[in-house]
Amino acid sequence: MTYNAAQKHIIHQSLRKTPTPMRLPELEAILADINRIILGKERPIYLSLACLLARGHLLIEDLPGVGKTTLAHVLSRVLGLDFQRIQFTSDMLPADILGVSIFDRDSGAFHFHPGPIFSQMVLADEINRATPKAQSALLEAMEERQVTAEGATRALPEPFFVIATQNPTHQIGTFPLPESQLDRFMLKIELGYPDPAAERELLAGADRHQMVANLAPRITPQQLIELQGKARAVYASPALIDYVQSLAAHTRTEARWQAGLSPRAGLALLAVARAWALLDGRSHVLPEDVQAVLPGVIAHRLRPADDSVRTEVGAVAAALIEAVPLP
Amino acid sequence: MARSNRPVSRRQAWWLLATALVASLPLTPELPLWLSLAAGITFSWRAALTWRQWHLPPRWLLVLLVIAGTVGVILQYRTTLGRTPGVALLVVFLALKLLELRAARDVVVTALLCYFLVFGQFLFTQTIPTALLAALTVLITTAALLAASDDRPPPQQLLARAGLMLAQALPFMLLLFVLFPRVQGPLWGIPQDRFSAVSGLSDSMSPGSIAQLSQSDAIVFRVKFTGEVPPQSQLYWRGPVMPSFDGRTWRVTQTMGTYRDIPYAGVGAAVDYEVTLEPHGKRWLFALELPATLPPDSALTNDYQPVARQPVRNRMRYTQRAWPRAIAGVNEPSSVLRSALALPRDGNPRTRAVSASWRAQYGDDDAAILAAAENWFNQQLLIYTLNPPLLGSDIVDEFLFDTKRGFCEHFAASFVFALRAAGVPARVVAGYQGGEVNPVDGYLVVRQYDAHAWTEVWIAGRGWVRIDPTAISAPSRINLNLAAAVPAGETLPFLARSDLTWLRELRYRLDAITNGWNQRVLGYNPQRQRDLLADLGLNEPDWRSMTAVLSVLCGAVMLGLTGWILRNRLRVDPALAAWRRFTARLAKRGIAWQPWEGPLAFAERAARQTPIHAEDIRAIAALYVRLRYEPAPQASDLAQFRVKIARFKP
Repeated sequence: MTYNAAQKHIIHQSLRKTPTPMRLPELEAILADINRIILGKERPIYLSLACLLARGHLLIEDLPGVGKTTLAHVLSRVLGLDFQRIQFTSDMLPADILGVSIFDRDSGAFHFHPGPIFSQMVLADEINRATPKAQSALLEAMEERQVTAEGATRALPEPFFVIATQNPTHQIGTFPLPESQLDRFMLKIELGYPDPAAERELLAGADRHQMVANLAPRITPQQLIELQGKARAVYASPALIDYVQSLAAHTRTEARWQAGLSPRAGLALLAVARAWALLDGRSHVLPEDVQAVLPGVIAHRLRPADDSVRTEVGAVAAALIEAVPLP
Repeated sequence: MARSNRPVSRRQAWWLLATALVASLPLTPELPLWLSLAAGITFSWRAALTWRQWHLPPRWLLVLLVIAGTVGVILQYRTTLGRTPGVALLVVFLALKLLELRAARDVVVTALLCYFLVFGQFLFTQTIPTALLAALTVLITTAALLAASDDRPPPQQLLARAGLMLAQALPFMLLLFVLFPRVQGPLWGIPQDRFSAVSGLSDSMSPGSIAQLSQSDAIVFRVKFTGEVPPQSQLYWRGPVMPSFDGRTWRVTQTMGTYRDIPYAGVGAAVDYEVTLEPHGKRWLFALELPATLPPDSALTNDYQPVARQPVRNRMRYTQRAWPRAIAGVNEPSSVLRSALALPRDGNPRTRAVSASWRAQYGDDDAAILAAAENWFNQQLLIYTLNPPLLGSDIVDEFLFDTKRGFCEHFAASFVFALRAAGVPARVVAGYQGGEVNPVDGYLVVRQYDAHAWTEVWIAGRGWVRIDPTAISAPSRINLNLAAAVPAGETLPFLARSDLTWLRELRYRLDAITNGWNQRVLGYNPQRQRDLLADLGLNEPDWRSMTAVLSVLCGAVMLGLTGWILRNRLRVDPALAAWRRFTARLAKRGIAWQPWEGPLAFAERAARQTPIHAEDIRAIAALYVRLRYEPAPQASDLAQFRVKIARFKP
């Protein structure tokens, strides 16, 4: 019995479309709203919400037009967050992201004009089209949750959530992000094409732009911060901590990857698993939660030793899961 | 791919190279130079192969090399049997095996060869450094074997694991050492070609032969006295007696094994002691004058020297008793006395003249002639030195009248010559005089530089009387030691010098350690084993009871070790143990739990496969989650969990 075969036998409890009785009502409502607009993408939606609850940033790699921007829009609407989109281009400068000081003739002083980064939800579109200089300006702001420009440090709003999208790196005109910067994204997901039924429904349904515009916030930013606190408080038993540790340790001894998972990756895995458990209405983490989020956590972190072979993220995660017994 | 067919990794190759190096390096002094060089080249070749990741040499080349190596060994030794040829062949095979590391199986074979070479070291020496080196080799070889199955851990981790494994084997080693029924004779009793070059007393004495020994500080034997150590001047360790003289050389003429019992009676107090004799390749067993008992398997020559039946090729230990004041040879057969008077027809006329004058003066009174001789020697003002001048044909005359400088063999030879010329039976006795008590362990150590020669004179009614002419001229040699007797500035062996006290102290300690090793480890024979077992309350054990005790103790150690290893496994969470019982039961029904499978996911899958038990399975999984993954599980949860599992019969 392999992991994937076992997954076919059971649909993970978290991914059932029917309401989960133990789930918090506000989360239930949020998920229902999103799933109504983005069809047939329960798992990526779930993961992106878990990433947000775990106070992490999200990287989406996919082809144009599969709904990356829509997902970001929907999330910001239902969560009541103000939203900014930055389209990354190759001639972009850090100031275009962070903001600039402009001399104000009336007051006789420089006045700081905040850039688009000063927003609760930022969609950094096609991040790998920008030069490394612009990329690093964004990524440093993400990590520090503050911006230092012209000697003054300015805090970014709370909550602060970046969704970056990137085109598949083999496309021309891209600057691939280095591993150290990829590690700052808690999760990387792919949306993929919708399945036939969902696509038919999409084609037949109402205009998505209109639907997004009509969405009402389900929670306030303050409530979101509280939910993030709840996610952090989800209990991880010693047995589960051991499991996360052995997963990370296994990637370090195995020769099939260039480098093992970093301790930051281990922390990310645990944090997202906690948020996943919260989404599932539990106050404790299960190995199933860890396994469910594992593909998103390792997708951009584990590079196969043999770069020439492109392996499916799901297959890599399944192999890792099957290699590490539960403690 | 089968495990034994996996290719050998670079790390494994490095491990084996290191192992082969430590295993064969200590053997280089025993091997011919060409073989050591060839092995060195092969090792370097192997290192280059590993470093550059070249291809292994072709099989036909290896076959050629094996044949060449074997032929080389045969040409060198004319045989492949025996200790050194055998070890040489092993080294050849080991070196070439390194060039043939194709699969994991080869790694194991090479490691086993290295273990064998450790035995090879012991065939040559059995000292403490050898044992330490062997232990190191075994450690590295074991680590290499571990690397054969998993080469990923860093070297220190593999070494630590190997050390742990060896530590676990240690109790068995000690038990087997102490309790395994011993056979008489040493474990390493193969050497036959060992003593060709050992210096020591020989069965003849010419000027300079004993002085030569004064440059060696090799240990001849060690003595443990039961009581007080007798004064230095009484420590005459009797060796070969030499009655025959050809004008230059004194020789042994004794008939071996004349007396199986002591042919004389003891007078006064006896001295008891135990000798640990280093192997010297001759049959002599040194004994304090005069021996009152005979070591086992030995007899006394007709001049009272104990000799063993076989040459002493291994370190041996025997208890002895001595009568320092025994009167021996009162009724000596005339043949012995006649040989104690024999002299070459001519030579040394000046000494003969002096002797004739004594005979003329004292007539038949041998005792008076002896006294006169001692007196005359004293007046000659002879000088005791390690570097006497070379002598011509009349060695006695030249020493006594011209050079007047000599070592103990000059004194003894001249004294005996003078007495024989006067018609008094006399003979030269070689042996060792004195010795040094090691204050650390109380053993008296006798070294080659304690070699000495003295004389015995036969007086009617008193038998053989020991006279030491050296003592007449240089009493400090007898009362103190060699260093005190020779003039300052003469070269002495390092250890015989009396300055450098700290060095002396260090030497005492080192020697005590070596002696302890010899006595307790190498000299652990059936007798010692019996004594030790008697101390432990096992009287007169035969091999059956010893085997029984051995088995019981080995079993006990095994149990202890198993318990120690299992302790970790027993510490398994009780919930996990019960969960394993539960999943084992389901596995029998064809629903196998995968070790990576989360409990709820498994329960869901199992519930689908056996819907009638779905409720039970879900309940058990929920309880398991409660116990393992939820905060603060209660003892009652565990009890309930166990009950549910006990009742669960799919």
